[in-house]
Amino acid sequence: MRLAMFTYVLRRLLATIPVMLIVAMFVFLMLRLTPSDPAAIIAGDNANTEQVAEIRKRLGLDQPILTQFVIWIGKTLQGDFGESFFFKKQVAELIFDRLEPTLSLAFFTLVLAIIIAIPLGVVAAYRHGSWLDRIVMGFSVLGFSVPVFVIGYALIYVFAIELNWLPVQGYQRLAQGIGGWLQRLILPSITLSVIYVALIARITRTSVLEVMNEDYIRTARAKGQTEAKVLIRHALANAAVPIVTVIGLGVALLIGGVVVTESVYTIPGLGRLTVDAVLARDYPTIQAVILLFSLAYVLINLAVDLAYTFLDPRIRY
Amino acid sequence: MGHLRRSLFALAAAALLSGLSVPANAQKTLRAVMHSDLKILDPIWTTAYIVRNHGYMVYDTLFAADEKGEIKPQMVGQYEVSPDQLTHTFTLREGLLWHDGHPVTAEDCVASIKRWAAKDSTGQKLMTFVDGLTVKDDKTFIMKLKSPTGLVLLGLGKPSSNVPFMMPKRVAETDPNTQISDFTGSGPFVLKREEWKPGDKTVYVKFDKYKPRSEPASGFAGGKVANVDRVEWRAISDHQQAINALLAGEIDFIEAPPHDLLPLAISDSNVKFFDWNVLGNQFTFRPNWTAKPFDNAKVRQALLYAFNQKDFLEAVVGDPKYYKVCNSYFPCGTAFFTEKGLDGRLNSDFKKAQELLKEAGYDGTPIVLMHSTDLQILTNLAPVAKSLLEKAGFKVDMQSMDWQTLVARRAKKDPPTAGGWHAFLTSWVSIDITNPIFTGFMNSACDKAMFGWPCDPEMEKLRDDFARETDPGKQKAIAEQVSVREGEVVTHIPLGQWYLGAVMRKNVDGMLKAPAPVFWNISLK
Repeated sequence: MRLAMFTYVLRRLLATIPVMLIVAMFVFLMLRLTPSDPAAIIAGDNANTEQVAEIRKRLGLDQPILTQFVIWIGKTLQGDFGESFFFKKQVAELIFDRLEPTLSLAFFTLVLAIIIAIPLGVVAAYRHGSWLDRIVMGFSVLGFSVPVFVIGYALIYVFAIELNWLPVQGYQRLAQGIGGWLQRLILPSITLSVIYVALIARITRTSVLEVMNEDYIRTARAKGQTEAKVLIRHALANAAVPIVTVIGLGVALLIGGVVVTESVYTIPGLGRLTVDAVLARDYPTIQAVILLFSLAYVLINLAVDLAYTFLDPRIRY
Repeated sequence: MGHLRRSLFALAAAALLSGLSVPANAQKTLRAVMHSDLKILDPIWTTAYIVRNHGYMVYDTLFAADEKGEIKPQMVGQYEVSPDQLTHTFTLREGLLWHDGHPVTAEDCVASIKRWAAKDSTGQKLMTFVDGLTVKDDKTFIMKLKSPTGLVLLGLGKPSSNVPFMMPKRVAETDPNTQISDFTGSGPFVLKREEWKPGDKTVYVKFDKYKPRSEPASGFAGGKVANVDRVEWRAISDHQQAINALLAGEIDFIEAPPHDLLPLAISDSNVKFFDWNVLGNQFTFRPNWTAKPFDNAKVRQALLYAFNQKDFLEAVVGDPKYYKVCNSYFPCGTAFFTEKGLDGRLNSDFKKAQELLKEAGYDGTPIVLMHSTDLQILTNLAPVAKSLLEKAGFKVDMQSMDWQTLVARRAKKDPPTAGGWHAFLTSWVSIDITNPIFTGFMNSACDKAMFGWPCDPEMEKLRDDFARETDPGKQKAIAEQVSVREGEVVTHIPLGQWYLGAVMRKNVDGMLKAPAPVFWNISLK
């Protein structure tokens, strides 16, 4: 059994190689084919054509695309993502520097979303058709419909400007104190978690509703178990697979949301780095960040697949 | 039990909240939001304004423009010119130190001038007059000229990109096309390299050993006294968020808030407005001389009759407090301001424009007008231009794109139907266009000119005459001839002057009027 699982994991890990290669080629070509020129941006508005050409040569952008790709992919395979065109720093260093804010925000958001969404979904399913169910579903529709930046600005207006309870923007590193770290994560996490809560709550409700009419639920009730035990131990446990699936798939939403949320709240994380790099056409940074996001997405989905075996003993690889 | 649990919860909450309280910033830290994030640190390698502003923090200059635009000695203590105007001798002030504690020497300055002159167009022009640049002693260097020129002070006191900032010799010897990696300067602030986090913040601390001039500060000149211990440039890219942070007291200063957010900011009793850049900026239309029909002077002249400045200024700025109609190539309020070349034009005389198009045989080729959509200050310009051009009889194909795409595309000489372009609109900081040499769009050296590539030997001759002239009166006369020639050949079209100051908390005091925001002389009450 263990060998089968090991083989499965190995096979999935090997499958990430062509995926990453396709992503790498796609990103590289997309950037090179768009009408942009990092050299012109770096040179500034007062630069003449010769100055721009000189910078282009220094960056290696005057070489054929295929040559540029071979050089880049060769270095990337050795773990060298190159130097940022703009920041004059190694891309790996830039990314490492931005990991903490993004991981903090993603972790906080995920925890917040799960803590809020799953109970909401379970209660909505249990009170199916009631006003409570309708409120939860109404919130879900709202959560899906309202753009992240609108939620962000509304929360900032109320809690930062009017009530002055929380800061408008910024991030404080964990090493500088847990108080400031928490304080600056509250509003961004709530902002980002709204869509996630909506998604998870809906799926939880549907999944729990489906299992509520199963025989084992009736049996548990017949054995005299409390409704709370029935809901948590029997209904929720058996409805977990689709919920975990949607949490995993939702990581894509989270990545997209991080980009917007970090921009709104001025958090110096990977999302902000992505925006800055795209606006500045900083090819090495864009390529590395997108590869990193893709790898994270692939690995999280692998973890979700593996989690199925723990949640449902019938699933075997 | 329940009471105990509630009490414990209250205690925990209180403890957490006390930890959550906003930390008080050091009393003398100025937190500023600049117009852009600082990603590059070499003010000679790029002309980007944010890097120029960084340069003024860290580096010092030999000469500097005061509030009135007059060039005054800055690092230079003594400056002598020989009677034949061919030998210029510069002696540095005593006590000037680099941030690493070493004294500033003449050798450092000579190396810095050479690196600057290799990159900057004014510097390049100046060097065509220079016969030799030699070090006399530790504090003195000599510039020998082949023929007299007014560019010596104009160049070494150039206030905007590229500014001739002085660097240690070891740094200044870096290839001008390679970015420096040692940021030792001799200016009033020191860059905290380890705290420079692009996308987050840039930190400067006061240079305690800086020796300011004894004269009061004025523009970039005079005594540069740092009254705050630390300046932090916070990277907040969202204008609304920057204003929110200012209102909440999380930052002290915003360099350039958009016009539409100004009322929101200054309606707060703790916030004030300060117009630091009194010369303002100028909107400009740039035609591409290499693309038909703009290869025809009559078609370009038709543009002068099609446009009027007020329409552009109203559409972008709106509030007349922040704009001025100024029918001059050189900005209003500067030495070479003149309406010559533009008299009777820029008044949307569509009939005259149509006549010129007819004379030129304009065949209805659609004008590919690049429309920048992401920089708020430029967004409304192209639609106004399109409307006026169509009324004058042009066909217009306005193509929307982000500014960086426009920047890349404007460098291409391909036909407009194959990825090239006919025209775009931009904005210049007024100080960059105060004379025929500084004004990049007046360079008419064909392939060597800026994008748009005007090609006019007569204009180049006039610019050379200006560079050779040392008498201000005669310079003014040449500048007028340049303006008249502009009206004939039309390298670009000025579309009005606009102003945008800073907003800051009321405890921020002492900001100077200068063409770039400077942080010496500022104090926090």
